[in-house]
Amino acid sequence: MKMTSQQRRGGFWREGEPFVWVSGAALAAVLLMAALLVIVVMANGVAVFWPARQTVFELRQGPAVMGVVQQESRDPKTGARRVQVKIANRDLYGLDFRWLDAPDIRATRQPADAVVLERREYGNVHGFLRTLDLGAGARPATWAEFQAALRRARLDRQPMDRVQRDLSTLGGQMEKVRLSLAKLRYHGRRDDDPAVVALHARQAEIKAEFALQVAAFDRLAIEIRRRTVGMADAGGREIITPLIDVIRANQPNRMGVPAKTWFYAGKLWELFFGEPRESNTEGGLFPAIVGTVMMVFIMSIFSFPLGVVTGVYLREYARDGWLVRLVRIAVNNLAGVPSIVYGIFGLGFFVYGVGGALDQLFFPERLPTPTLGTGGILWASLTLALLTVPVVIVATEEALGAIPKGVRDGSLALGATKLQTLTRVLLPMASPGIMTGFILAMARAAGEVAPLMITGVVKLAPALPLDGQYPFIHLERKFMHLGFHIYDIGFQSPNVEAAKPMVFVTTLLLVLIVLLMSAAAIHLRNTMKRRYTLGSF
Amino acid sequence: MEHPAICTIAEPVIAMSNLRLFYGPAEALHGITMGVPRQRVTALIGPSGCGKSTLLRCVNRMNDLIDGVRVVGSLSLDQTEINDPALDVIELRRRIGMVFQKSNPFPKSVYENVVYGLRIAGVNQREVLDEAVEKSLAGAGLWNEVKDRLHESALGLSGGQMQRLCIARAIAVQPEVLLMDEPCSALDPRSTARIEELIVELRRDFTIIIVTHNMQQAGRVSDFTAFLYEGNLVEYGPTRGIFTKPVCKQTEDYITGRFG
Repeated sequence: MKMTSQQRRGGFWREGEPFVWVSGAALAAVLLMAALLVIVVMANGVAVFWPARQTVFELRQGPAVMGVVQQESRDPKTGARRVQVKIANRDLYGLDFRWLDAPDIRATRQPADAVVLERREYGNVHGFLRTLDLGAGARPATWAEFQAALRRARLDRQPMDRVQRDLSTLGGQMEKVRLSLAKLRYHGRRDDDPAVVALHARQAEIKAEFALQVAAFDRLAIEIRRRTVGMADAGGREIITPLIDVIRANQPNRMGVPAKTWFYAGKLWELFFGEPRESNTEGGLFPAIVGTVMMVFIMSIFSFPLGVVTGVYLREYARDGWLVRLVRIAVNNLAGVPSIVYGIFGLGFFVYGVGGALDQLFFPERLPTPTLGTGGILWASLTLALLTVPVVIVATEEALGAIPKGVRDGSLALGATKLQTLTRVLLPMASPGIMTGFILAMARAAGEVAPLMITGVVKLAPALPLDGQYPFIHLERKFMHLGFHIYDIGFQSPNVEAAKPMVFVTTLLLVLIVLLMSAAAIHLRNTMKRRYTLGSF
Repeated sequence: MEHPAICTIAEPVIAMSNLRLFYGPAEALHGITMGVPRQRVTALIGPSGCGKSTLLRCVNRMNDLIDGVRVVGSLSLDQTEINDPALDVIELRRRIGMVFQKSNPFPKSVYENVVYGLRIAGVNQREVLDEAVEKSLAGAGLWNEVKDRLHESALGLSGGQMQRLCIARAIAVQPEVLLMDEPCSALDPRSTARIEELIVELRRDFTIIIVTHNMQQAGRVSDFTAFLYEGNLVEYGPTRGIFTKPVCKQTEDYITGRFG
């Protein structure tokens, strides 16, 4: 009997039962971590824009405050319960958040007429509507009157926007004239040259027009900023806000689910298609979304063909010798080089080297102001292309290597050239594998931040790299990027606590974009797989 | 060099004269001299590693694809020297088709598989291609089975059908010679029988060289048989003669299954 049990235990280890458990546990751990990450991001990101109820806290000492409860905890020293409240009204209190100790709170209530104003600056206002001033002195106002005045103010803002657009057009013209002048001077034209004189005249003309428009803008601005809304905070202190600075006004405690949903949709719309405000902690992510997608796109244009062609050469054309083996090892190792190293290389080679040389060649008159010799979306994309190209090379090589020799021979024996075999049979067959590598490369590129920070990403780009102005795609421009945006608002912002929701939202969006691009590529790969590898060999 | 065990063929399609092949320093074929008769089936037999596949691959220069292979001696197709470095290999391979041991259809439709050789030769007229597909598939005895699924993937066919598709693909470009490298070794007996019938039919239009491990098969399908052993051509002659009255002891031992 003893013998048998020992035998059984031996079998237990020999048949690898524990190994199955360990590998299963490892898989479960990995899945759990991934799920946890997604859940944390989702839980924090999805609810950010849902309007929360406003609560007024009557305190035993000092004026009452109103805000949204963020979290509850215990004071680490006294052990008393306390709540963190977002109180907003940054211009009054200096802080957005405040911890209130439970013993200090005398009473709480949720008044229906609590108002939240979203402002262009200084964050939100939490308070109660008191007065309206339409240029003829303040007088008490109702919610409906306030809404009507708000709509009027927005309508009246339109001429101002027009003037603003004119101003920026003039600015663009002025810049063009300045560059033309610089070019002429660089080529040695003197001040009495007719071309220079004409440009000077044009410059003066634009300047005069500019002054005129600025004056018009100021007049309009003064007029419109005279219309204000007067609010009172929970403690009764007054907050005056010009109507045109109000982006949204609502009474969250009165909103039902449909109203809240509508509000949420509006916020989402702003997130996707709006410009950022308040040093990126509010408003939209449109420039960052465009920048990220465009960068990945440009990166793909360079990295995909380059990687595939290199892989094809290594596998199909290069004679297998020590040199090819060395190159292969080098390529594999390149995939493991830290990304910041690529960033530094990109800065040194693309930005200063190539960009600098191109500046000398094409824009010498603008120097020392660099045109191409500074970070831009092209250089950042090229740097990332360099970073991802090893992955594509390796994938291409593996995919080509996995094709049975018989297929190759079959094509050649029919009188096909090597190139015909490659383009008609081998590459289509290898395409699913190549696509898999490319998906990995793309996902990595979309999430990479470090090399971008030194090759062209900025906190706030004045203009998109893609717009309606000729030549439409501006590869030399600096751009915004979701990954950098997360770093910037989460860790570089002056008001980190207020920026936290935005960090989660941006993270969620970045993850979604990566998923979306990967899903598209995976769909493409599966289509190819169905087409080229049915059955077995 | 006359040899009692090696018959001479009048007006051969392919003539080899003292053909030697080296893999690097190792000599794999030691001076083969033989002629392949027109519109006949010639079987190459011999134990594994005797060089029969290597010899077959010399004919359409597939050995070029292997690094370090060097061929010495003369090998001609209708008086054209095949080993001439200036010869257009692409053109040669259009004149000499090949069917491999393992069927190797491309991951394309049945139709595209058959017209592959024509397309790469630049033929693109729809009518020409359609006609070639029907003719080749009929020639390979596959037309009735696949005529309704011409545009479905070739990889959905059965093993025997795939091999016949490869034969159809090879004859679609109308080669003069068809090389077959153990075409039935991966097939079940029924598919094998089907392909053997096909080989006999194809003999009317093509010169066929077939490498086989199966003695019965060589006896059934071939007109001439060459026995190779360790890179030497030991015996070559009409199949009936070789199987009934072999000249060499070695041949007899191999055929009767005493070795190999």
